[in-house]
Amino acid sequence: MAGTLRALRRRIRSTKSTKKIFSAQELIAGARIVRAQARVEASKPYAREITRVLSALASSASLDHPLLTERENPQRAAVLVITSDRGFAGSYNVNVLRRTEELLSLLRQEGKEPVLYVVGRKGETYYSFRDRATAATFTGFSEQPNYPDAQEVGRALIDAFTAGADDEAGGAGADGILGVDELHIVYTEFRSLLAQVPVAKRMAPLEVEEVDEFDYEREERERGTTGDDGVPASYEFEPSAEGLLDALLPKYITTRIYAAMLEAAASESASRRRAMKSASDNAEELAKNLSRQANQARQAEITQEISEIVGGADALVSSGSND
Amino acid sequence: MATLQVELVAVERKIWSGEATSVIARTTEGELGVLPGHAPLLGQLADGGVVTIRTESGEDMVVAAHGGFLSVTERGVSILAETAEISSEIDVERAREALRRAEGEKDTPEGLAAARRAESRLRAAGQSA
Repeated sequence: MAGTLRALRRRIRSTKSTKKIFSAQELIAGARIVRAQARVEASKPYAREITRVLSALASSASLDHPLLTERENPQRAAVLVITSDRGFAGSYNVNVLRRTEELLSLLRQEGKEPVLYVVGRKGETYYSFRDRATAATFTGFSEQPNYPDAQEVGRALIDAFTAGADDEAGGAGADGILGVDELHIVYTEFRSLLAQVPVAKRMAPLEVEEVDEFDYEREERERGTTGDDGVPASYEFEPSAEGLLDALLPKYITTRIYAAMLEAAASESASRRRAMKSASDNAEELAKNLSRQANQARQAEITQEISEIVGGADALVSSGSND
Repeated sequence: MATLQVELVAVERKIWSGEATSVIARTTEGELGVLPGHAPLLGQLADGGVVTIRTESGEDMVVAAHGGFLSVTERGVSILAETAEISSEIDVERAREALRRAEGEKDTPEGLAAARRAESRLRAAGQSA
């Protein structure tokens, strides 16, 4: 009897200490969401401006940049997957990876060979455990991505895309490097604190609708300023429009990668907070049940002791009366 | 007096916005001044360059902008930069240190970019690079 009580008390202790860890994680994640959301907001003015500049450029220049033109016979498609570095985030990584698998099988159906680029340690281990090749992995910044991180990823992708320009069927082209013909990205979109949705998007060749992604915000601004009828102005360019497009498009892609990373970071923290909340609730519940059991065991023990004492005293009394 | 609505945005945050009487910047083609009523223009800023914004009160605000673009519309001027720092926020000692470190790695593209960034920071702070 005493043995069960001791075992129960030990379990209560350990449950309570894990609960402390869970609620600490929950608080940390909660604080990080706010920060991550603030960073998403802070990055919006740049995204808006660069989109505006790009739309202005697109309406003035002829759009035959390699990053904008569809390749005739796409062979390989790069897929950038954004996962987290740490676990403890519920179904966050599982959802992103499942969405990725869907995209990969779709690409295979279309006859394209997917090439994986992975951000985050969880994605990295997922693919290395399954012995699947990844072209590059980037880790160590999933919770707080900085622009230089996005630049590093962007450079790798754009280099691969540029190298893919001269690839022929079944082999590398003149430059001897096997590149890619399309760029896709899979990340988790932060819709609200309760809803984070994994999404897959194509980054290159850029779709023209996507250039106007921030358009509604722009329209709002234009409506807000008086005396502006929104007629596209004819711009002067320094250097030429083509030169500007060359410089601008890679930056635009990097900006989009950066925006995706920020959203993914916010989603990661939100998922982690939710997972940690239910974990600490469960631990609380478990501790409560265990202490009920422990109390019962303790009372049973006391009752038994009392009846043993009473029984012993009775035996003494009856033996004493015989004297 | 007519003024320009200037927005200075870096990738990670908006750095400054307000009214200005003129903007001086260096594009890859050369030095360029923008006054109110300037024709619409898109320009690529030269690496390691500085942008000078003359605010309404007549003060000059010097900004080290790296990897950026300049867009002039009827509405105003927007300066987009990968990194941008206002001269008053620049730590000269750190910029010098960064420059010294980058000098050694100038043969790599990253090192060269870092050196240019450090140079423009120093120039914006009014020091010789």
